Amino acid sequence: MAYKLIGKDFTPPDLVAKVTGSAKYAGDFRADGMASIKVLGSPMPHAKVKSIDLSKAEAMPGVLATLVPEDVKQPGPAGMAILSSEPAYVGQPIVAIAAENEQLAADALAAIEVELEPLPFCIDPLESLKPDGPNALTGGNVVGRDVEFQEVKWSGKDFALAGEDGLPQGKVPVEWAFGDVDAAFDAAAVVVEETFVHSSNAHHAMEPRSAAAYWENGKCHVWGSTQSTAFAQPGLAKMIGISPAELVFVAEYCGGGFGGKASAYPLMVLPALMSKKMGGRPAMLRVSRAEEYYNGYARAGFQGWGKLGFNKEGRLTAADVFVVQDLGTTTGFWDFNNVGAAISIVFQPESMRFRAIPVLTNTVPKGAQRGPGENQAANMLEPLFDKAARELGIDRVAIRSINAPGEGGKDAKYGAKQGPVTSAYLKEALANGAEQFNWSERSKASGQRNGSKVRGYGVASAYHSAGAAGFDGLVRLSPDGKLHIHTGVGNLGTFSYASTSRVAAEVLGMAWENCIIERGGTTKNLPWNFGQFGSNTSFTMSRTNFAAATDAKNKLLEIAAMELGGAADDYKLENEMVVATADAGKSMSFADCAKKAIDLGGKFSGMEAPEDINPMTAASVAGLAGSGLIGVSKDNMPKTATVPALAAGFIEIDLDLETGKYEILDYLGVADCGVVMHPQGLAAQIRSGAIMGFGLATTERHIYDPEYGRPNAIGLYQAKPKTYLDVPAALQWAAVDLPDEQSPLGSKGIGEPVEGCASAALLCAISDALGGHMFNRTPVVTDMIINAAAGLPQSHKPLQTNCQ
Amino acid sequence: MNEDLMPYDPTVDYTGEPAIKEITPDGSKHIPPWKPLNLTRRRFLQGVVCSGIAVSSTAILFTSGTRPARADARAVERLITLNVNGRKRNVDVAPNETLAHTLRYGLNLIGTKVGCNRAECGACAVMADGVSIYSCSTLTHRIKNKSITTIEGIADSDGTLHPVQQAFIDELGPQCGFCTPGQVVTAVSFLKENPNPTVDEARMAMSGNLCRCGAYDHYLKGVMKASEKV
Ligand code: FES
Ligand code: FES
Repeated sequence: MAYKLIGKDFTPPDLVAKVTGSAKYAGDFRADGMASIKVLGSPMPHAKVKSIDLSKAEAMPGVLATLVPEDVKQPGPAGMAILSSEPAYVGQPIVAIAAENEQLAADALAAIEVELEPLPFCIDPLESLKPDGPNALTGGNVVGRDVEFQEVKWSGKDFALAGEDGLPQGKVPVEWAFGDVDAAFDAAAVVVEETFVHSSNAHHAMEPRSAAAYWENGKCHVWGSTQSTAFAQPGLAKMIGISPAELVFVAEYCGGGFGGKASAYPLMVLPALMSKKMGGRPAMLRVSRAEEYYNGYARAGFQGWGKLGFNKEGRLTAADVFVVQDLGTTTGFWDFNNVGAAISIVFQPESMRFRAIPVLTNTVPKGAQRGPGENQAANMLEPLFDKAARELGIDRVAIRSINAPGEGGKDAKYGAKQGPVTSAYLKEALANGAEQFNWSERSKASGQRNGSKVRGYGVASAYHSAGAAGFDGLVRLSPDGKLHIHTGVGNLGTFSYASTSRVAAEVLGMAWENCIIERGGTTKNLPWNFGQFGSNTSFTMSRTNFAAATDAKNKLLEIAAMELGGAADDYKLENEMVVATADAGKSMSFADCAKKAIDLGGKFSGMEAPEDINPMTAASVAGLAGSGLIGVSKDNMPKTATVPALAAGFIEIDLDLETGKYEILDYLGVADCGVVMHPQGLAAQIRSGAIMGFGLATTERHIYDPEYGRPNAIGLYQAKPKTYLDVPAALQWAAVDLPDEQSPLGSKGIGEPVEGCASAALLCAISDALGGHMFNRTPVVTDMIINAAAGLPQSHKPLQTNCQ
Repeated sequence: MNEDLMPYDPTVDYTGEPAIKEITPDGSKHIPPWKPLNLTRRRFLQGVVCSGIAVSSTAILFTSGTRPARADARAVERLITLNVNGRKRNVDVAPNETLAHTLRYGLNLIGTKVGCNRAECGACAVMADGVSIYSCSTLTHRIKNKSITTIEGIADSDGTLHPVQQAFIDELGPQCGFCTPGQVVTAVSFLKENPNPTVDEARMAMSGNLCRCGAYDHYLKGVMKASEKV
């Protein structure tokens, strides 16, 4: 179906501010008398605070207030504390201090005396699982979503059976299976089996998470950096200890998040608490790059083992996967669940067993990072597919295609329960990509030598869920005929806040120039929207905006019928007018309808609102009531299955066997994201996701000193995200562009799998250039390549993590 | 040698004794000895400005994130006139103050971003006499005689965007936008120097500007497009 706006490029309204420097990020706001906050972080990986002596610091000139752990609400076990009396990683905040300026705050911080009692610590999950291994937190070492905080130790026998380099497989809190895995392995033509490690890596959004706050007239005002506006508000209010109505939250721009700023987080709360202590005086916490490392989360690492069985046609008949997740010091994110789910949908195994255990370590807290679990699954498992393809003599695209869900998701199954999906076109993505990339011809050059360089090819797929339902939409036609689209989704930089707003314009047939997006803070009368994370926006927000615009449309038709006679369905919308279908002379402009709505009151002008909307939306409707025609609705459209975002990546590299360096000669990413809403925005996601994936595959990782528990990859130059010179000047993209039936205009999200397919493809290509060498480790760094090329042993043990 | 330019000396422990005392518990197997970190941002600055008495009333510093060092700053003429975006601005500048800090906190030119504060990312890029520099790693006093152009001074005074800005919009360069001011400034300065670059030259010139969102491809297309117009 041809749309006027959907599928067309446009200029997102915040771009001018971004290129002129007028875009205001959290750290850019100023208020009179703003005090500076600084935080004292733990110098030890795990310790008990015995005493804090603030007397010297508090006596210093310019010191205004202090906060210690007792002053703040402490979370349950393995929660993320705002300030902690049992710091469990180097850098964890213990004390905060506010002073007239940052220099004074820093000076005062240096005068604080803290007595710490060192506690046992651990940076390797497997160490913690040993019979006498240390616990990262007092009282336990295992926790997770639906997994209680507990101590788990595996037996000496578990470790002995695994041998020095094998993965011990002791008892785990997460286990599921479907089909007869053992029988399938017995019958398999080829079985491949490997252990693997996936490193943790820092999010390191370019904007450190500065925050500021003040109190005025009983309300707390916070400027924060988050991917989500409406969704972050209740959580932030709760952490501050107030009701949502007492919180004014402004988050206009977010300088990158990648999951690390998904919603509200403890550091964002600190200025509000400090300001309260100072009688409401504005206070800013300016966060440094190092503090961003300590407090900005990281992708969870894994140690794992996988065994895959194939029949001779290349169909995956059995999968058995066991993973140990590195949580850092908090419950973190359920990457472990996502590993299993991703394998189940991308490869559609006929039978599968999945076991997982999330383990605490004294490293920074882990959070969701772009494709949390799903992208690690791609990096860990895709190379095994290559190994199987080689043993079976099947082309590497073919083996993926044989197993991929396609044809819109017919027969596709998802997860432990083998449930349905709304749409899936991975087979099509692989086919389109192979054709556009000219895979079958080109990949014949695999292994070709040119001096010290060898050609390598890689292909891989990835998944993330891509949509939710049940949130609210809110639009307003003002008497000047403009459509105000209220969106609470946040501004991460994908521009989907704007492309999904265009759905409302599309439904009403509005010219885009006559639309205004209202966003950026709770002052903008936001509807209750889901957060901008989890690749969901293009599905979820299309539905809410569709629902709100449809409500507005119905009201426009009703008003015209009331004014001009007849019934609502005698009318249609055309060029921002309501026109009688049978008589073009009978018409009313949207502007006049908006004026009439104000006269009519009731549901038309927002004086009444639907009962099923969220209180946040209801308050926003009340705030707008009487100012125009209000379209408001909860998204009650059916959503009966998992919405999958799927992607495939194709890559060509030259690998230099002498230097260990690779050069990416070509990359193509293909997306199954339903109907393409904003081609340029999609192109940007596919390309930039790939670039982030290249970093994930080959350079980015946590490094901790095992003896002292200190991090050694804090700064950007140590964490090594990719630069201009590490990636090709141009990357290719394509999309299947077929609709998801449960999205009103057919769109679904894509932001995450476009990273995982690229990182895994690059890993596969490096391996391919080395004749199928299995590194079983992400990232594959330069010295590993040199060792492999020279036939030398690696400097790490197979399951060593965090300290390689 | 001008004392303002004295290099950081890594052999000097500028922090003195750690204030945190260790208590050794009985029977603990893992006792991490606490040692001060070797190089913090502030020690770097202190290496540059090695003694003094004045404490800035506006100082905003970055520290290692664990514990800052004692502040020291040299007494110099603090009130200076800076030429920023074609205007003369009087501003109070501490001797150890970086240009990024002066711009953001002294002059409220918040378009200049600080991503790392240690010459790793380029988010803070501004032009000094037309050359792109990292303002986070430049002391304001050192460049007080140069003409500074920040992101706020790139577009015409009537609001007409510079071709680089327009091209970045057309090519959807920015994502989160936090690196964008630095990318714009570096591109503008580069195209002044080399108005007809090859893609590889542009890539080289831009390589001091990180983009965590990974929008390199789009920015680069923007630079090449703008090169047709400058
Ligand atoms: S902030 Fe100056 S280079 Fe990063
Ligand atoms: S656009 Fe986000 S860091 Fe470059």
